[in-house]
Amino acid sequence: MQSLLKIENLHVSVGEKDILKGVDLEIKQGETHVLMGPNGAGKSTLGHAIMNDPKYEVKEGKIFFEDEDITEESTDKRAQKGIFLSFQDPIAVPGISLGNFVRSALEQGTKTHIKLWDFKKKTKAVCELLNMNESYADRDLNVGFSGGEKKKAEIFQLLMLNPKLAILDETDSGLDVDAVKTVSEGVKEFQKNGGTLLIITHSTRILDNLNVDKTHILFDGKIVKTEGPELVNQINEKGFEDFIK
Amino acid sequence: MKEKTYVKDIDESIYDFRFKEDEEDILGRGIGADLIDEISKEKNDPEWMRNFRQKSLELFHKQRMPQWGPSIEGLDMDRIVTYIRPKAKMRNKWEDVPEDVKKTFERLGIPQAERESLSGVGAQYDSEIVYHNLRSEVEKQGVVYTDLETAMRNPRFSEMIEKHFMKLVPPTDHKFAALHGAVWSGGSFVYVPEGVKVDIPLQSYFRLNAESAGQFEHTLIIIEKNSYLHFIEGCSAPKYYAASLHAGCVELYIGENATLRYSTIENWSKNMYNLNTKRALVEKGGKVEWISGSFGSHVSYLYPTSVLNGDGAVSEFTGITFSGDGQDLDTGAKVIHNAPNTSSYMNTRSISKSGGRNTFRSEVIVKPQAKGSKSSVSCASLMLDSISGSDTIPVMDIRTKDADIGHEAKIGRISDEAVFYLMSRGLSEEEAKALIVSGFAENVSKELPVEYAVEMNNLIRMEMVGSIG
Repeated sequence: MQSLLKIENLHVSVGEKDILKGVDLEIKQGETHVLMGPNGAGKSTLGHAIMNDPKYEVKEGKIFFEDEDITEESTDKRAQKGIFLSFQDPIAVPGISLGNFVRSALEQGTKTHIKLWDFKKKTKAVCELLNMNESYADRDLNVGFSGGEKKKAEIFQLLMLNPKLAILDETDSGLDVDAVKTVSEGVKEFQKNGGTLLIITHSTRILDNLNVDKTHILFDGKIVKTEGPELVNQINEKGFEDFIK
Repeated sequence: MKEKTYVKDIDESIYDFRFKEDEEDILGRGIGADLIDEISKEKNDPEWMRNFRQKSLELFHKQRMPQWGPSIEGLDMDRIVTYIRPKAKMRNKWEDVPEDVKKTFERLGIPQAERESLSGVGAQYDSEIVYHNLRSEVEKQGVVYTDLETAMRNPRFSEMIEKHFMKLVPPTDHKFAALHGAVWSGGSFVYVPEGVKVDIPLQSYFRLNAESAGQFEHTLIIIEKNSYLHFIEGCSAPKYYAASLHAGCVELYIGENATLRYSTIENWSKNMYNLNTKRALVEKGGKVEWISGSFGSHVSYLYPTSVLNGDGAVSEFTGITFSGDGQDLDTGAKVIHNAPNTSSYMNTRSISKSGGRNTFRSEVIVKPQAKGSKSSVSCASLMLDSISGSDTIPVMDIRTKDADIGHEAKIGRISDEAVFYLMSRGLSEEEAKALIVSGFAENVSKELPVEYAVEMNNLIRMEMVGSIG
């Protein structure tokens, strides 16, 4: 299968602090990878660095997407190529509705005009899947959203934009059981349609219904172990201790 | 790696056309008693108005220039042309308006606007109203919309005008109110009888064409009990080398349980001194809604004032100010709670860029008798780069304990985090910033007449896109 995302010897720092110290990772088309690790290991940093967050500085290494070097590409270009990052705590933007924002993003990405009717139809379908009221899309982007609503809104954007690669940064954290189930339904739908996933998570609840191809453990800025889906269960039982000695 | 962001100036070329003024039409520069006499003669003023002008002139010479707010040193009062003789009599058929004047207004979309969405329209070119029209169905309801000079000569209104003219904004108020009292010309007079609801807006348009001219139009609106009116005022001028002055005056009298919505979109050229005074007197149960968009001018002093004079009177002020290179816009609002159970709301947004400065100045006065009154002031400013500035100066003078007063001010820059978030969905940096700015202005721009809201959003987009380097 074709390589979708390939990361080589990635070093990333925030200010003076080195966070990632040589990460190698390859995700093939259609695969689902899980990235786990203790707090402060650099999991979110990796997600944000792939999206070129200006807060993080890439010191060394390369990022390839569909075999193209995107290490120097801007955030919007990466998004347009098909990379999506779901934020842990997305910022509220007053005055812009969730729906209008997604429509602008779709139009920018595809460089075509999206008919309002088609857009509404798709919105309705996605809202139903995520157990959301349709009026959700009329609310200002993340303004006054609860933690759970924010996460759902991120998955809503994922399904509406339908990227090639979705990086989910702790999308399940802080959610109650029902909300995790809903979110995981959404992710499953994305997976079913051939989407490739990098799921950054603390817990394993979100993975219950998903097919996982590979599991990685990130510790102190490096990937210290890579195995199949069974690794998830091992971590579930024993924690990270055994892997990070 | 951080780069500084510069945003290009508003391209005002769509308004920046002009026609040459013949020198003989100008009634002299500077301000003296003989000139005021000339204006009175030209206008065939009644006796009381002649005296009023002369008294105002004396006050003008006695009063000091304002000692606060942005500098107006660049304003040369000896050069300002206070009156330009009309080259055309007032018309009420568009075809009869002289060709060059017509061309100017047609480029500004008038009277196309009238055909589409207005009950009546008035257009002032330099000192005089050149066009006025009112739909016949509105006229049949007893609504009067004309220029003040015409109304003054009408026996039905002459007394009413004498009783109200510059009583809310007396010439003693400040130097430019006095100047206005002396040289005012043109403007609008609107009268809405009791119980009449004018459901389509009336619009006036002011256009200053001559170089270093002053525009001193007077707007007097009287609406009776239980009536409703929406009045829209638009202003523009081409840019000349020499500074121009706008010292207009707006007086609104709102009867019991009546509502007046007064919308202004000001887009004067960037060398205009906009020293405008607006006031409303609201009776029992009445309501004034000010919608104010300030985009143009070099310097602005603009604080529409509401005097809530009757039990339960309401004032709502919604404002947006956008300042760019070379602009220092001092805007805000003032409310005087003079009666019990009155309420006031102020909600403003200001945006500054390329070195522009915004100051939000508000004053809320609650008199001892205004028990049970409410006031809420909310202002937010956004600076688009590090060379622009923003200030808020809220003043509250509350003389009763039985009042509910709230104030909230926010000043900020566009957050990098928000830009990154929007870009991560595929929007370019410019698009992301434009969206954030439109969103910031949204709860104000939705109050603007729809064609202005669209224009404002285009303006923001035009400024943001392709201008970051």
